[in-house]
Amino acid sequence: MTKNQSNRPNVTLSMGVKTKETITLVLIYMLLIATAIFALYPIALVLIGSLNPGDTLLSTTFFPKNMTLKHYTYLWNETEFFTWYKNTLKIATANMIISTFLVITAAYAFSRFRFPGRRYGLMSMLILQMFPGFMGMIAIYILLLQIGLLDNHWGLILVYAGGSIPFGTWLVKGYFDGLPRSLEEAAKIDGASHTTVFFKIMMPLSYPILTFVALTNFIGPWMDFIFARLILRSNENKTLAIGLFEMVTGIDKTKFTTFAAGAVLVAVPITLLFIFLQKYLIEGLKAGANKG
Amino acid sequence: MNEQSDIAAMNYTKKYAFIGAFLSTLFMGLGQLYHRQYVKGVLYFLLEVYVLVFWTNPFMYAMWGFITLGETPQKRLRGKIVEQGDHSIFLMIEGIIFLLLFIIFLFVYYSNIRDAYKTGRLREKGKVVSTFKKTLHNVWENGYAYLLLTPSIIFTIFLTVLPLLFGILLAFTNYSGPYHLPPKSLVDWVGFKTFIDLFHLKTWSKTFYGVLTWNAIWAVVATVSTYFMGLIYAVIINHKKIKLKRFWRSIYILPWAMPAFISLLAFRNIFNGEFGPLNQYLQAVGLEGIPWLSDPFWARFALIVVNLWLGFPYWMALMSGVLTGIDKEMYEAADVDGASASQKFWKLTVPMVLFATAPLLIMSFAHNFNNFNVVYFLTQGKPVNVEYSYAGSTDILISWIYKMTLEQNQFNMAAAVSILVFVIVAPISIWNFSRTKAFKEEDMIQ
Repeated sequence: MTKNQSNRPNVTLSMGVKTKETITLVLIYMLLIATAIFALYPIALVLIGSLNPGDTLLSTTFFPKNMTLKHYTYLWNETEFFTWYKNTLKIATANMIISTFLVITAAYAFSRFRFPGRRYGLMSMLILQMFPGFMGMIAIYILLLQIGLLDNHWGLILVYAGGSIPFGTWLVKGYFDGLPRSLEEAAKIDGASHTTVFFKIMMPLSYPILTFVALTNFIGPWMDFIFARLILRSNENKTLAIGLFEMVTGIDKTKFTTFAAGAVLVAVPITLLFIFLQKYLIEGLKAGANKG
Repeated sequence: MNEQSDIAAMNYTKKYAFIGAFLSTLFMGLGQLYHRQYVKGVLYFLLEVYVLVFWTNPFMYAMWGFITLGETPQKRLRGKIVEQGDHSIFLMIEGIIFLLLFIIFLFVYYSNIRDAYKTGRLREKGKVVSTFKKTLHNVWENGYAYLLLTPSIIFTIFLTVLPLLFGILLAFTNYSGPYHLPPKSLVDWVGFKTFIDLFHLKTWSKTFYGVLTWNAIWAVVATVSTYFMGLIYAVIINHKKIKLKRFWRSIYILPWAMPAFISLLAFRNIFNGEFGPLNQYLQAVGLEGIPWLSDPFWARFALIVVNLWLGFPYWMALMSGVLTGIDKEMYEAADVDGASASQKFWKLTVPMVLFATAPLLIMSFAHNFNNFNVVYFLTQGKPVNVEYSYAGSTDILISWIYKMTLEQNQFNMAAAVSILVFVIVAPISIWNFSRTKAFKEEDMIQ
């Protein structure tokens, strides 16, 4: 009612409103386009840089006259890039399997069993996940040195897996707590063992959170720099993050196009994985904040 | 008459629990033997004998090492090692391992006493004491949880608890270059000296306060800027007049999907003062190039812009979900009341979104406070600041700690600063956790 009354008396005013609205809309579209350029520019620079015949940023133009794949063949023939790739893939896969296993078993125990020491266990997990991860860096270095796992992939995998337990356990435990117990109880009455209940009932129901845990643990090693730099020393043991970092910060900083080719080879699979599983990532992050 | 004998019996039998607990305190298993649980008693007894016989000496040696951190320094004659000497840091780690094992042993000892006490109570009430077979069965029933937990506990103790304890204790030693680096020289306990130096020695305190101030500004600006940019774009795209919603969203999500270290290294090149494309463009339109990464102000500015690029897509994706969940009728009611677009934004959208995302906002603050990757990959803490010890103008506490540990051998100072970082960040995490559902259900708040 009030709306109609206020609009009716002056028709010319509403015309003015309409042109104003169109102008705002045009401005907003321009803003959206500008932001899209801002968002895409670095990605485009890397993508085009990798196909650019020049070697450095200075000698390349944003739109090159001709494209080349020589930087990719250079990576294949002259550098250890594919060894690093294999290393990273191996570490990421192993970390995903071990971490997910450790997190699920611990979360299942904390969620479904009542045993002496349970509350202390949960409380210590909670406190432990608050410490910045690399406070223990020096000790980890010395420990791995002592047991001969320095400059060894398994040493790094152990460190990643150990670090993922406290937070992951709380996250997955919170999810398990939310699942109804009636199914399990029915299965137990039918004589199912703890292990059967776990694999046949809990696992299928917690698919989303398991995807999240597995995915974050798989992606983690691709991104980590701190521990990889600390533990892996020799060139043939490096992971991609260190290798690519050294390509643009080393003594010869001029390898931008080679770096770009390497970056494309890393970014494409990770980005695709990320986009396909985005739904789970957002859900998992929300669960981390709301449900614990 | 009957009543009296009952009381007498109670007075007499009350001693079962007490005597059992007392005997088990004297030596493991004695209380169980007293309760005629022979197999269990003998097993407990043998465990303590084994520990006493085989572990006393190593334990005493470990404690000696832990307390003194070694007494014989390495001796060298004409550059050759004549006597290996004690390695303080190895002694310290060994000490921590033995202390952790000792705590586990104490826990077993305690459960032995408690078991003797509980069995005693059962006898006082005239109930049948469980046989060994039954005990074994109970252990299997309750033990399933422990079985599930064992791998995680081992991993956590050795890869998280032990390193953290060591990291904390380091702050109370003088483990630092160039004079206190094993195996060449010994390390000693120095109490709170490291902390006193950090606050009172000019070279350290200036760096600490300088880095801390920038760290705080950085955390606030980085969090707020990404949050609001995400919100604004979510609102714009969500507006009914905007077409191709999915298209815009998928473009803006790309920076988040790209591996961050790759984008950061690309930005490092884009902002490069000499050959970076950004300065080339500026020069092409007749402007002067800006010393992006070599001037403290511009380097900080670049960090915030890059972080905005990296961080806003996450908030946009999250808030798009929140916005579609808001009741449309509220906006219609606001329209009826003649609210302007900006009023609707500030009075309706912002409070609702804030309410839904507050915990995530706080987590994001804690994350940005320790955002090592952005700083290290983009600027490595540079440009150099001559007034700072081992830190550059864009270093935050965590990257300063990293440099002190890996590049400068200032282990004790790095440990002290880590403890302070924990003191700053932990209350945020505790507050955040204390209001989660999982936490409340555990009733951990007393």
